[in-house]
Amino acid sequence: MTTSEAATIEKQKSKTARGYQETKGNGNHVTPQRLTGAEIFVRTLEDVGVEKVFGYPGGAVLPIYDHLYQNAKFEHILVRHEQGGTHAADGYARATGKPGVVLVTSGPGGTNTVTGIATANMDSIPMVVFTGQVPSGMIGNDAFQEADIIGITRPITKHSYLVKDVNELENVIREAFHIAVSGRPGPVVVDLPKDMVNSTGVYRGSGKVKIPGYKPVTRGHHSQIAKAAKMLSEAKRPLIYAGGGVNLGDASKELTALAEKTNIPVTTTLMGLGGFPEGKPQALGMLGMHGTWYSNMAITECDVLLAVGARFDDRVTGRLDGFSQKSKKIHIDIDPSCISKNVEVEVPIVGNVKEVLPELTHMVGRPDTDEWWAIIEQWKEEHPLHIPHSDSEITPQYMIEKISEVTNGNALMVADVGQHQMWLAQHYKFNHPRSMLSSGGLGTMGYGFPAAMGAAVGCPDRNVVCVTGDGGFQMTAFELATAVQYRIPVKIAIMNNGYLGMVRQWQELFYEKRYSHTDLQAANPDFVKLAESYGAAGFRAKTPAEMEKVLEQAMEINDRPVVMDFHVVKEENCYPMVPAGAALNEMVEGDK
Amino acid sequence: MNTKKHTISVYAKNNFNALSRIVGLFSGRGFDIDSISFGQGQERGMARITITTHGDEQIIEQITKQLHKVVDVLKVQDLTYEPFVERELALVKVNAPKASRSEIMQIANVFRAKIIDISPDHMTVEVTGSEDKVTAALGMLKQFGIVEVARTGTVALKREFQGKT
Repeated sequence: MTTSEAATIEKQKSKTARGYQETKGNGNHVTPQRLTGAEIFVRTLEDVGVEKVFGYPGGAVLPIYDHLYQNAKFEHILVRHEQGGTHAADGYARATGKPGVVLVTSGPGGTNTVTGIATANMDSIPMVVFTGQVPSGMIGNDAFQEADIIGITRPITKHSYLVKDVNELENVIREAFHIAVSGRPGPVVVDLPKDMVNSTGVYRGSGKVKIPGYKPVTRGHHSQIAKAAKMLSEAKRPLIYAGGGVNLGDASKELTALAEKTNIPVTTTLMGLGGFPEGKPQALGMLGMHGTWYSNMAITECDVLLAVGARFDDRVTGRLDGFSQKSKKIHIDIDPSCISKNVEVEVPIVGNVKEVLPELTHMVGRPDTDEWWAIIEQWKEEHPLHIPHSDSEITPQYMIEKISEVTNGNALMVADVGQHQMWLAQHYKFNHPRSMLSSGGLGTMGYGFPAAMGAAVGCPDRNVVCVTGDGGFQMTAFELATAVQYRIPVKIAIMNNGYLGMVRQWQELFYEKRYSHTDLQAANPDFVKLAESYGAAGFRAKTPAEMEKVLEQAMEINDRPVVMDFHVVKEENCYPMVPAGAALNEMVEGDK
Repeated sequence: MNTKKHTISVYAKNNFNALSRIVGLFSGRGFDIDSISFGQGQERGMARITITTHGDEQIIEQITKQLHKVVDVLKVQDLTYEPFVERELALVKVNAPKASRSEIMQIANVFRAKIIDISPDHMTVEVTGSEDKVTAALGMLKQFGIVEVARTGTVALKREFQGKT
């Protein structure tokens, strides 16, 4: 561990719960001063507690970069592509709970952040993206490297600002951070015309953020919570359906307390994994399109459903008119627009899950669930998750099982998108919140590795393992340069099947095996050599025995990224699977 | 599906970003705008936006919730559920040769509309009232040949004193 990493951990301990400092100045600036926009930018970022910035310089942000050269107290990490920067900031935010920060130039710098911003927006990740802009007077003239980034990102941000007055810059930055982390979190874009960072304006060094009309509700309505408690206490077949809000709201302990007091089974969404420890007897694992048989049956058969920080996404519900028809529904969510959007609920509770759950736990009684558990146990016995084993070939399911075993369920896991993501969600035994980072809403291939890098930067004391595919890894593999430069010891496990596996699975099942443009085998690189060319460690395994050895070796490396190229069974399918348009209880289990 | 007309009044910051976000959420989420009017509000830097739209209860609930989520929006009122006053203004330019002029003026009278411009071939009529009234007036003027129309869209406010029963 370097000294800067040690300092980071020290700083983390002194952080406020919301991950940034609202009113704090750095103590020395009681009287307003006149500074350049670039100075105001750096000072204010320091004031709100920014420790890491993922960025890429360019013409429009040169004044800021010039000021960063010697003066900043935060660390700037030079990514190799702005998309990688936004994913890294996103991974940093998911892992630490603090807002991720990105700094890029105008035009292409901004447009390259779009995928990362949309990814963060869909999963409610707090992030502030600063984009350079051409000087105010040139906006609209089709100037060199000009793009209307506020317009382009408007539908995929929680809020955005174009700074028009350098005297407003400090306040805008403080507001941007406040909006990003409060309520339902999300990305905020701040567009900085070059003349704004060059000219001189007022810096106050402190200031409470007041945004008229923006007051997210955090406490749930007492009588609604009482109604929910009564319904749960009297339920015969209750079920908790926990979503990403449990991770984002740091409510894992509170959820566990509720489940333990009531003995109500808990199923988690992809985003909720880790929010409820898989080791607990109440855990049913993930539900939805590739969820466990027993969670999907439980949600179909339950009589009272408690949704906690979840949004009834179509990948979770399956066909809506077949979704949990026998249940009365309670929904706790911080965003009122999530309630009754897809599925009508009887008891809506708008509030922060971390504040609502303890109140609910306090009021709820323990329902009689013996019969219900007997049914669930039978489902579990008859339809367990299947892990095929082979001595000669690595099965993808076994690959995840082994990683889970080697890391004791304690690693910070990051998935890319595809089959490996679903297998990771099914077979890894998550025991800690904020330990499964995955692009759930947008399903962004290329997310995994840079997000893992950001997570490792934020949590230098944790073992960060990225499970990715040979397709997804190649979308952002160039960030190996960043990981090598900053000695970020991410472990990358490539589930290499030579295909865009999930698309191939759909082509096999629904398009009569016409594998249209999903075969990557013709030109996959030698991933070991690729890693080595960047200065990372590279390993390859083709048998289970080799894989076990590689995993052991990889876990010992702590000064650079490690690429593990695991050749797995090529045409394995991910089951159970709810076909598109089917109800959850119409899932397909595949061959055993 | 039971779709109904709704008049939604939004009080927001008076800037492009707010207006774009409001309009954008309608297009991005597949909601309809039947009319929209935008103007300065009672406070400096604020705007009153009146939107008429239609949809079933669930859609309207989503519209109001999504409008609330826009950071620059301070207040959202669905006026449909309470007594409210509404007006729309339309300028209608119709063909008006000598022979038609008096009939046009009579029709304008019935709708309490005003003739605000006249030329050898055209008359411009200003109609003010509810959306229905404006539409009815336009319907009556159609026979003369409408050259151009400019409508403001509905503006509305909640009615305060509701009388005693």
